[in-house]
Amino acid sequence: MSIDRATAAKVAKLARIRVEEADLPALADEFNAILGFIEQLQELNVDDVDPMVSVTPMRLPRRTDVVSDGNQQAAVLANAPDAREGFFAVPKVVE
Amino acid sequence: MSDLTKLTIAGARDALRKGEVTSVELTEACLAAIDAADALGAFVHKTPEIALERARAADTRIKAGDAPDMCGIPVGIKDLFCTEGVPSQAASKILEGFRPEYESTVSGQLRDAGAVMLGKLNMDEFAMGSSNETSVYGNAVNPWRAGNSDAALTPGGSSGGSAAAVAADLCLAATGTDTGGSIRQPAAFTGIVGLKPTYGRASRWGIVAFASSLDQAGPMTKTVRDAAIMGAAMMGHDPKDSTSAELPVPDFEAMLTGDIRGKVIGIPKEYRMDGMPAEIEALWTRGREMLADAGAVIRDISLPHTKYALPTYYVIAPAEASSNLARYDGVRFGYRAKLAQGDGITELYEKTRAEGFGPEVRRRVMVGTYVLSAGYYDAYYNRARKVRTLIKHDFETVFNEGVDAILTPATPSAAFALGQKFDDPVQMYLNDVFTVTVNLAGLPGLAVPTGLDAQGLPLGLQLIGKPWEEGELLNIGYALEQAAGFVAKPEKWW
Repeated sequence: MSIDRATAAKVAKLARIRVEEADLPALADEFNAILGFIEQLQELNVDDVDPMVSVTPMRLPRRTDVVSDGNQQAAVLANAPDAREGFFAVPKVVE
Repeated sequence: MSDLTKLTIAGARDALRKGEVTSVELTEACLAAIDAADALGAFVHKTPEIALERARAADTRIKAGDAPDMCGIPVGIKDLFCTEGVPSQAASKILEGFRPEYESTVSGQLRDAGAVMLGKLNMDEFAMGSSNETSVYGNAVNPWRAGNSDAALTPGGSSGGSAAAVAADLCLAATGTDTGGSIRQPAAFTGIVGLKPTYGRASRWGIVAFASSLDQAGPMTKTVRDAAIMGAAMMGHDPKDSTSAELPVPDFEAMLTGDIRGKVIGIPKEYRMDGMPAEIEALWTRGREMLADAGAVIRDISLPHTKYALPTYYVIAPAEASSNLARYDGVRFGYRAKLAQGDGITELYEKTRAEGFGPEVRRRVMVGTYVLSAGYYDAYYNRARKVRTLIKHDFETVFNEGVDAILTPATPSAAFALGQKFDDPVQMYLNDVFTVTVNLAGLPGLAVPTGLDAQGLPLGLQLIGKPWEEGELLNIGYALEQAAGFVAKPEKWW
């Protein structure tokens, strides 16, 4: 399976990472080197094998459905690049 | 005073109890050593005020009696741990300026036990790397040099700053994290001890996530005894991490008897790699002889799916990373790109992530995105999860057949020169060939310094234990450490 320029562009888009047009061929080459390495996995027969869900067999713990935390608006916003009037601020999303 | 920094945790603990030294004296000695070691690039955020304040509090607590073992011990904390009010940026530009409002569970447990944080330690960006070269701060440097050469060597990665700092006696010990070998490989490259606990032993809460099903925090120390002491202080159940095990943590130090008579040590034939340096092979044979001399039973074993571990890892780890790192979007914390007129929310995300992540992180996030994308999910991600089941099954089989621990080399070579493998990601990935299986199977692993190569560089062996049996693993490591008698230290050039 070989990754072309268009696939590289699509992956970058899905990952929300801007890649300049001129850098796409090099990126596709890098993907191909890494995927070539991963390709060995196709040699194995895994038809009757269950995919691993958890490395340690355990039931996820349950907790009571109650509010255990909150009222920390200032702490939550303290590291925001742009916070205004108690909210995170971003460029206009809807016209 | 400079000799104070050479103390082990156990030695300092005993000296503190006897009143032979104070935590303030120890801390001042470490702070002076750190200030004189900027050439190593190990400490990237120094916290002398916090350190001295905690040292004074520790001295009061020790005088009052009944202080925990870690009380008053100066340590370094990997930059991956969130530390309240102190920069915690995972060596990434995208977390520039981030000062957490909270403390990670593990660093919080150390703090509450009275340990003294000296500062934050260098690492590969988001713990993605094996040479510490992907760090936004620039690389850390190995205090060891080959023969008479001046060439700068890598301290390994991703916990390269932690390894360099402990090996150079800038601190008594340090925290590390290990997703594919990031504690054990740098420990082996710098002649120190590194322990990766069983998955679920140490809380992941407050540690910047890379690959959640593989990440574990652990101690990086000068001796196995210190790993037992510090490890116990870092581990334990945490309700804030849903994968944290509700199991008591035994007194690991009390389990260090050095008596390993009758223990069965497995030697996996698949770890004998083509092109492995003769010195590594010889070291492995010596390790096997040392354990046999101590009364262990050596058994040849097979872990047939070993060769598939690295490709499996390089599907699963990037897949989880692409999901974990989706949170860095320039909205809630850290770096935000400058936007052009008319740019909207999509440009905000795309520019912030392109500028904020370094090349290796961008590469892994995109590989992860690809293997999870529609049409490839089954071929790559699900297949890798199935192979992971087979890899874990290999280990279960040998443990069920009576093997107590497995001995392997820790790394395929001694520390290499900075820059040597940086341009070839796949070559760099091969560094993890002996360690990555342990993360995939969720097992505890221990790197023990065992010898020097012809150029005088340290080499380590790895012991792999049964789940939750860190105590037994440390005891076998202790026997190996005693037999190897590794005491070499790097010549100070910095």
